[in-house]
Amino acid sequence: MRIPRLMRVASQSILRNPMRTMLTILGIVIGVGAVIVMIAVGYGAQMRIQEQVKNLGTNMLVVMPGVSGLGGVSQGAATFNRLTVDDAEKLAREASLLSAVSPVIFSRVQAVGGLGNWRTTINGVSSSYQAIRDWPTEAGTFFAEDDQRSSRKVAVLGSTVARTLFPGEDPVGRQIRLGTVPFTIIGVLAAKGQTANGSDQDDVIILPYTTARNRLSGLTFIGAILASTSSAADIPAAQEEIRAIMRESHRLGGATEDDFTVRNQNELAEAAQSTTRVMSWLLAAIASISLLVGGIGIMNIMLVSVTERTREIGIRLAIGARGSDVLTQFLVESVVMSVVGGLIGVGAGYGGAAILGRVTGWSTTTPPAAVLIAVGFSAAVGVFFGWYPARKAAMLDPIQALRHE
Amino acid sequence: MTAAPMAQPAVIRLVAVTKVYQMGPTQVPALRGVDFVVAPGEMIAIVGASGSGKSTLMNIIGCLDVPTSGSYYLDGLRVDGLSRNQLADLRNRKLGFVFQGFNLLPRTSALENVELPLLYDRSGRRRDTKALSAEALRTVGLGGRFHHEPNELSGGEQQRVAIARALVTRPTLLLADEPTGNLDSRASLEIVALFQALNDEGITVLLVTHEANIARHAKRIIELRDGRLIRDSPVPDRHRADADLQKRASPELVEVV
Repeated sequence: MRIPRLMRVASQSILRNPMRTMLTILGIVIGVGAVIVMIAVGYGAQMRIQEQVKNLGTNMLVVMPGVSGLGGVSQGAATFNRLTVDDAEKLAREASLLSAVSPVIFSRVQAVGGLGNWRTTINGVSSSYQAIRDWPTEAGTFFAEDDQRSSRKVAVLGSTVARTLFPGEDPVGRQIRLGTVPFTIIGVLAAKGQTANGSDQDDVIILPYTTARNRLSGLTFIGAILASTSSAADIPAAQEEIRAIMRESHRLGGATEDDFTVRNQNELAEAAQSTTRVMSWLLAAIASISLLVGGIGIMNIMLVSVTERTREIGIRLAIGARGSDVLTQFLVESVVMSVVGGLIGVGAGYGGAAILGRVTGWSTTTPPAAVLIAVGFSAAVGVFFGWYPARKAAMLDPIQALRHE
Repeated sequence: MTAAPMAQPAVIRLVAVTKVYQMGPTQVPALRGVDFVVAPGEMIAIVGASGSGKSTLMNIIGCLDVPTSGSYYLDGLRVDGLSRNQLADLRNRKLGFVFQGFNLLPRTSALENVELPLLYDRSGRRRDTKALSAEALRTVGLGGRFHHEPNELSGGEQQRVAIARALVTRPTLLLADEPTGNLDSRASLEIVALFQALNDEGITVLLVTHEANIARHAKRIIELRDGRLIRDSPVPDRHRADADLQKRASPELVEVV
């Protein structure tokens, strides 16, 4: 039989029992829909991380203390800390490919000012930090090199801190006390949003690193050194240059391993994404179990259908259908059901992802390839689970089948 | 047998056909050596009690089953030893089946039921399957019932649809297994009249029946008992079903009027 006729025969049989067909298709709809939603959640998370890492700065390189394997951004807090302000200063002086270098001194303090107090993060950085992070101010200015050289007590607030302590007013020019030391607020940074792992980048107060070291109870803990190159093409070479200078600075000879890690933005993205990737594969795998269950539903219904239609199969065989004709007919039926289910499931998946995105605030993105994969997968489910019942139908003995009541 | 090659081969030629069913450890013979020849244009009734081997013979002639030994030629082609697919193609091309239970596809229109065998035709000769099906339905007198489904038709009408389905491929042999078994006497006569009319046009018809008053409308009767042929004779006083119908109609008309 030719394809259009096959399709006609298949759709006739399918439409003969609309309720049952609908329920069978529903299994596939749910399966494919779930897979699409889960892919959308996983892919959305990855896209978001990518955006956030891009958001970190331009052509940024990060030097972190300690040895950490790939995928270990969060391991940054190594067992011992071997980054110093001297390292940062040496890099700034000697590295030819770096356009800016800034140490980042981390601390947590109680900030008092405006409405009250707020526990937040201190970042002691150099004046070039703003350029590296590509982080504009919303009000006032960032501190200048001069402020840094003189260890002036000036502070730049992240937007969350500004909003919390000075709601509805301009904090520029006001005083804020960090621990016991009073600072003058000279600027407020524009909002940057969350980091890849969900912490608020705007919940921060930025000071010159010299001030942080000299005025706040003897802080020398350097979390990282940030640097940037003027062009993206320089990044690999700059990475090598940093490594060489750092090894010299740390007096690491010959075969000694690096006691620091240099990463570029792509590697950071990679590391952050590897976790979400595993997560999204896991989600999709769990969702595809429901597709499997949907497939078993098809097989079940097709088996019932073969038994129920034994006489019809007998008639078809008697009037000259070959076993292969009957096989194809039943296969086409199961594939038509699964593909229709797949297509509806894609629609349901898109809708579901959009609703989920709105309700939970997660970013969900469905990659176009997911649609093709989902439909292809559902067709495969139809063939796989339709095969056994179809074969059973094709092998029937016409005499027995005609006698079947 | 004649030495000269026949212009038209026999429609059916059975030579020492036997069929033995294996029922567990015991062998049950259903046919114990049957020989006969059916020429084109014949109308034959095969009669016999149940268990006589009628159905087995019918299945073999219908290419649904193959003999245990002996040979069967359909329209000059040797059937025993063919594969499942070859048998299917042969049924499609050479045979038209009419069953006792009509065996129409439910929830499928008359036209689509009749069209069915054409859909399995592998030769690709028959393009306009709808027109051919409509023509076959007109031949059996159902010109106005193309889109009725089986449950909207009377038993007699359903059997006519089945006959149209059997005719639509222009088969060599029309094979009817108890075609009137589920019909009242009037509808039975109408169906037999249709067979006679088709036979008059040259179609070879083989009826399997246990009703003597159906068998007497054939030209020749073959009787089986215990798997053997016990009678093969022409019908001396062949009845015309349309004449029988007329006879019946007259008194009824009086009654109604």
